[in-house]
Amino acid sequence: MEWETVIGLEVHVQLSTRSKLFSGTSTAFGAAPNSQANIYDLAMPGTLPVLNGEALRMAVRFGLAINAEISRKSVFDRKNYFYPDLPKGYQTSQLEFPTVGRGAIVIHLDDGSEKEIGVTRAHMEEDAGKSLHEEFATDSGIDLNRAGTPLLEIVSEPDLRSAGEAVAYLKKLHSIVRYLDISDGDMSQGSMRCDANVSIRRPGAELGTRTEIKNVNSFRFVEKAIHYEVRRQQDVLEDGGTIVQETRLYDSVRDETRPMRGKEVANDYRYFPEPDLLPVVIDEELIEQVRAGLPELPDARRQRFREEFGLSDYDAGVLTASREAADYFEQTASACGDAKLAANWVSVELQGLLNRENLSIAESPINAPSLAGLISRIKDGTISGKIAKTVFEHLAGGETDVDELIEREGLRQVTDTGEIEKLVARVIAENAPQAQQYRDGRQQVLGYLVGQAMKLSRGKANPAQVNQLLREKLQP
Amino acid sequence: MLHLSVTELAAELSRGAFSSVELTRACLDRIRRRNPQLNAFITVSEESALAEAAGADRARAKGDTRSLLGIPLAHKDIFCTRGLPTTCGSRMLQHFLPPYDAGVVERLREAGAVLLGKTNMDEFAMGSSNETSFFGPVRNPHDPEKVPGGSSGGSAAAVAGGLCPMATGTDTGGSIRQPASFCGITGFKPSYGRVSRWGMIAFASSLDQAGTLTRTAADAALMMQAMAGLDPRDSTSVDRPVEDYVGEPGRSLRGLRVGVPLPHFTGGLGAGVEQGVRAALGELEKAGAELIDIDLPNNHLSVPAYYVVAPAEASANLSRFDGVRYGYRCEDPKDLEDLYTRTRSEGFGDEVKRRILVGTYALSAGYYDAYYIKAQRIRRLIRQDFARAFNEVDVIAGPTSPHVAFAHGAKADPVEMYLEDIFTIAVNLAGLPAISIPAGYDQGLPFGLHIIGPDFSEARVLGIARQFQQLTDWHLQLPRDTHLPRRAREGAS
Repeated sequence: MEWETVIGLEVHVQLSTRSKLFSGTSTAFGAAPNSQANIYDLAMPGTLPVLNGEALRMAVRFGLAINAEISRKSVFDRKNYFYPDLPKGYQTSQLEFPTVGRGAIVIHLDDGSEKEIGVTRAHMEEDAGKSLHEEFATDSGIDLNRAGTPLLEIVSEPDLRSAGEAVAYLKKLHSIVRYLDISDGDMSQGSMRCDANVSIRRPGAELGTRTEIKNVNSFRFVEKAIHYEVRRQQDVLEDGGTIVQETRLYDSVRDETRPMRGKEVANDYRYFPEPDLLPVVIDEELIEQVRAGLPELPDARRQRFREEFGLSDYDAGVLTASREAADYFEQTASACGDAKLAANWVSVELQGLLNRENLSIAESPINAPSLAGLISRIKDGTISGKIAKTVFEHLAGGETDVDELIEREGLRQVTDTGEIEKLVARVIAENAPQAQQYRDGRQQVLGYLVGQAMKLSRGKANPAQVNQLLREKLQP
Repeated sequence: MLHLSVTELAAELSRGAFSSVELTRACLDRIRRRNPQLNAFITVSEESALAEAAGADRARAKGDTRSLLGIPLAHKDIFCTRGLPTTCGSRMLQHFLPPYDAGVVERLREAGAVLLGKTNMDEFAMGSSNETSFFGPVRNPHDPEKVPGGSSGGSAAAVAGGLCPMATGTDTGGSIRQPASFCGITGFKPSYGRVSRWGMIAFASSLDQAGTLTRTAADAALMMQAMAGLDPRDSTSVDRPVEDYVGEPGRSLRGLRVGVPLPHFTGGLGAGVEQGVRAALGELEKAGAELIDIDLPNNHLSVPAYYVVAPAEASANLSRFDGVRYGYRCEDPKDLEDLYTRTRSEGFGDEVKRRILVGTYALSAGYYDAYYIKAQRIRRLIRQDFARAFNEVDVIAGPTSPHVAFAHGAKADPVEMYLEDIFTIAVNLAGLPAISIPAGYDQGLPFGLHIIGPDFSEARVLGIARQFQQLTDWHLQLPRDTHLPRRAREGAS
């Protein structure tokens, strides 16, 4: 019998404010331990929280981007538990009245179809610090630099039906928060963290008992963790067992999930409204102000790239996945006037280079105007597509002036008919048997002869002219 | 000079009758003599006090005329003071040196006051008798066998005993007004949000409010003028203009409608106190005020609601005292659990632990609706009771406490102790301003008249109290054993 997988994700996104959610301390990453913790972050007695308005605007920005309800009044609550990296002994979060209510995110599946995934809510909360166990022999160290960093916890509906959909949703979320410039979404640095709620059921049946997989820190691990967990649950149920509702950790080394120990799981957080903060009132004016500043989002841009540039849905999807790539492409396409060539060069050659060098597009050694220059020279016939790759390598090496380097390196395509006639005559002379075969009707030999001519010209001859002249000369 | 009010001291200082250094020295001498018995101060900072006084004298010589310039002050040890121990009456913070000043501390310093030291209090402000302090009980200057009230008992005893002319306090359920009543002085609690809570160690965040302990209402007005105002570091502090508390009272007693709440005159109210409070109300009536009986139908629910809300908030507020970053830490913890358990078992006293347990219970899954949510509902009802009453009356007046100061150890049953604040607690639940002013003696001990005003009617409440003190001289009667001269009443002709 078939099993259906049901997944809901809880994603913590670290908001890229300059200061913490309730204090003026810097949130910059990588500072010396505890150098970014003020008296509030240390929970010194008598200190009080003041909400960071920028974090609130970022939450609203996200809400508007996913067409969610924005709560006119949201309330912070205290979530109580003891842990050394939680200085106040409670985390300030939002339970009943989150800033962002119900919304939706559209994901694109591999078969080209679209699916809408419900977002239940997104609430603001503060991050905890870090416990450092490695560097100390018998004790643990505490670094409170991260304590109080603003997080947006985005909770999805259990609308995802496979690990692949879960990853597509995560990637889309990643793309949205980066477009909105509210987070760098870097999973390896923990700026985006994912908990997955996984259950299985017979199609059409009630929801099965779920388990929660905590803190999975890469797209690939999310996929693997869900795969493992689904298989585990199938085995349990098919052996006549029952699923225990529990929290599990994914071990990427062993590629398995296992239950967290009892002590790691607090059971009663005793939430109650944070009396040190008034309810957050969001008025129409703030909402409209934030709305006015919203950028074009990935889905809209994808649609526009298809319509405006005539790109395939796939190409448009690839190019709009990141805002930086889309910007780069758009700049290149406008400058060179050929969107299809631009799409090809950006998503194949440039992407290949960046992957090899392990660089982001923002760090690309070739800027968009240079790449557009190169494409323009292909378009106007100055260089051939093949020679263009040589030019590209020069650009990758740090050169920027396309025309200067074409001249200097003598890469200009040969289009002089006299030159090409000489070349063709030489090829026919040196390859007499093949020339004869063509005259005898074996049309496919022409390709070989063109190749020989291109080789002789070291790629610089215009292949279309070579082709044309060869046909004429070999006319029976 | 120790028998003078802040208002009088300010005049004498500006006249040059004596210097701030002389005045400060006199306070320090008296503290040295009286504190061993009263135990009103936990920390006395002689050196810095004298240096501040000398600074005030120099400033005055250069023409500085700030209202509180050179006047000695004591802070309840709940206000953080940079570089001066701030214990909150607890072993947990016995050696805690804050690297920051509370908002109230900053403002009174800016007004020119000279800080003498920090006063004793019930541990974490939890108590009504000042017997829960880790630093020992405070004694009532009127009778050392009696408690001074709590939790601001050290501040009340210090002012009543002539150790300092003014002190700060905090009031979560009556912690300024009840000790003021027991010690025969004036205790003022402003509206919630009027004075910054920044740097004031939290007991119950939605109820805590800083206020004043002084001999006279005019002195309270002077202090409040310096303390009140928006502090952007406290999100619950209120952005509205601070009225003039010091100038001519805006509201005359003639035609003033005074609500007399029936529930405050029934049940446990002692006969002597009732008689005295009625006489005090009679004084108001003689001056032209109209007494109107009012009901506060939900008043009887205030103590139970308070003992859910306050411990619930306290249970979270006190979680930070975990032995990890500052404060008391147990010896040789064997693991994390042991560190938490022993640090908190050893660092907190019984009353604090009791309230943490009560609060934790009230917030627990399955009990939250029955306790916390219900208490919040009662809180709204109590607020509505007051709002309705203030449609008919300008202020509400009654006894501050059902009786005068009791003997040390007399209230061993916590619930009996909780009922101490039966007339004051509702005011905190509603966030209103209120004052306790000396109104008479019963069995040789003072008691207070409690005047409550609507939201942010500080000026009205203080003005009425000041007028009452022009009609009466209860506030001028100093404890018998203080050996300070008795004085004529302020403003009396």
